[in-house]
Amino acid sequence: MTEFAINATGLRKQFGEKTAVANLTLQVKRGEIFGFLGPNGAGKTTSIKMLLGLTSPTAGSATLLGRPLGDRTARAKIGFLPEHFRFHEWLTAAEFLDFHGRLYQMPTVERRQIIPELLALVGLQERADTPLRAFSKGMLQRIGLAQALLNDPELIFLDEPTSGLDPLGRRLVRDIINQLRQRGTAVFLNSHLLSEVEQTCDRVTFIRQGDVLDTVSLHDTIAAVPVIVRVGQPTPQLLAELAAFGEGVRLGVGDGRIHLTLPHEAALPQLASWLVAQGHTLYELTPQSLTLEERFLQIVGDQSEG
Amino acid sequence: MQTVLIFAELTIRETQRRKVLWVSLLLAVGFLTIFGVGLSLIFRELARLGAGVDDMDFGLGALFSAALYMVNFLVIVMALLISVTAVSGEIDSHTIEALVTKPVRRWEVILGKWLGFAAILTVYTVLLVGGVIVLYRWQTGFLVSNVLAGLGLMLMQGLLVLSLTMLGGTRLSTLANGVLAFMMVGIAFIGGWVEQIGSLLQSETAVNIGIVTSLIMPTEILWRQALALLQPRVTTAAFASGPFMVLSQPSDLMIGYAVVYTAVLLLLSLVAFSRRDL
Repeated sequence: MTEFAINATGLRKQFGEKTAVANLTLQVKRGEIFGFLGPNGAGKTTSIKMLLGLTSPTAGSATLLGRPLGDRTARAKIGFLPEHFRFHEWLTAAEFLDFHGRLYQMPTVERRQIIPELLALVGLQERADTPLRAFSKGMLQRIGLAQALLNDPELIFLDEPTSGLDPLGRRLVRDIINQLRQRGTAVFLNSHLLSEVEQTCDRVTFIRQGDVLDTVSLHDTIAAVPVIVRVGQPTPQLLAELAAFGEGVRLGVGDGRIHLTLPHEAALPQLASWLVAQGHTLYELTPQSLTLEERFLQIVGDQSEG
Repeated sequence: MQTVLIFAELTIRETQRRKVLWVSLLLAVGFLTIFGVGLSLIFRELARLGAGVDDMDFGLGALFSAALYMVNFLVIVMALLISVTAVSGEIDSHTIEALVTKPVRRWEVILGKWLGFAAILTVYTVLLVGGVIVLYRWQTGFLVSNVLAGLGLMLMQGLLVLSLTMLGGTRLSTLANGVLAFMMVGIAFIGGWVEQIGSLLQSETAVNIGIVTSLIMPTEILWRQALALLQPRVTTAAFASGPFMVLSQPSDLMIGYAVVYTAVLLLLSLVAFSRRDL
């Protein structure tokens, strides 16, 4: 068994002159909840389509669960909730799940057992015999989610899973993702709702114009910490000395505070004791934890439209 | 193969749920009723007038051929209407994305749908053609020969149009696909008539134009052969059975060509769908 649920190297998609995805290189570990972020038109959808074998890449390669792109044995262990979840609306909810279960080649007995369970999980147990055409957008999203869970996947792609959902529905998706985490399912989550990604994901990747800009871990203590330091005398000599502790040392214009980025959280107490030991009068030492939105804007830049 | 059957079943259930099946079958019964009543009236009137065999042949043969001609047209329209949105519609609505990401082969999806539509077309064609023949035999007592061959050829024509729309659906929008299929049938129709009248006037060029159109779209030759086989009495004079006459019967080679042509279209649709980006 390979370590990676997804291992993509240099995936590229060209539509004539237009490059939809320039160079997608990323690894998602098994059991990891992975966020996929980027502005509109960044190539997220094309990237997902390439990974799922819907669109063939112009260049590059990737494996899913250790198998090459488009492999059918891998697909048997993958779940997918498409962004534009339009299903055969003339089927009832239970028939719809049964049909998709048959496509996974699940035996009848298994389907009979799991379908009521899944309907209950997404809160649609009362709607088993309702045709999908009578479903609201949120209900369709729920049934789509149940569909993606049918085969007890090892890897699941959720493309904007909460876009049509009310707060309750969003909470449901969050709970389901947490359950998937406990079951060791890798989740590839594409969402615009950064607060949601922040609450659920282990790592996120930022892409723009089909290029991976950065991948950051969300609950890593070794992540860089920007801090603000206020001392009695922010001398040029102090600024020079601080370069030993972190990067980007500068004196804030107008506020007299020193800004720098420490490589990890553990450097905070070290810096504090050093400053005191050097005889500086320390008034303030504030770690700045960036929200995901701030990081998004910092990494992706806010010049993108939409 | 199991996946193919799942999609065939889904396709049949869809036409059933969308009420296409019931509406078409109900109206087919209506069509046959009017034909049966009309046939009975005309036959009794001709008998009362003491018409001879030739007049009988003209009156009844014309109605029979007209009925078959309309059935033929309905089979084509049916083949086109039920299948025209089958692929392009599911691509446009993104329904297809949740299907082909399952552990299925893409060609299995297309073949399954094709089989489902083919089953519906078979029922529809057998009902209409069989109905016309049974009513004719029952009302007039005249025998119709080559029933199975004629029926098979008319069904074949439906399958040809079906395969064409399935192929078109993998690359064209629903509307463009429908227009393409209708225009192809139209071209074959007019080419067939150019050939027929050309052969009557012994114009080699006109006949060649007909042959070329038949090679491009061999629907008309299937219909002409079916009519030649099913027409109760082979009329010797041109237009003796009204405008639905067969002046030059297609060769077996041409019929074989039409069968191969259909198979190739189907095969191409499987390949085209497997290769396209969704």
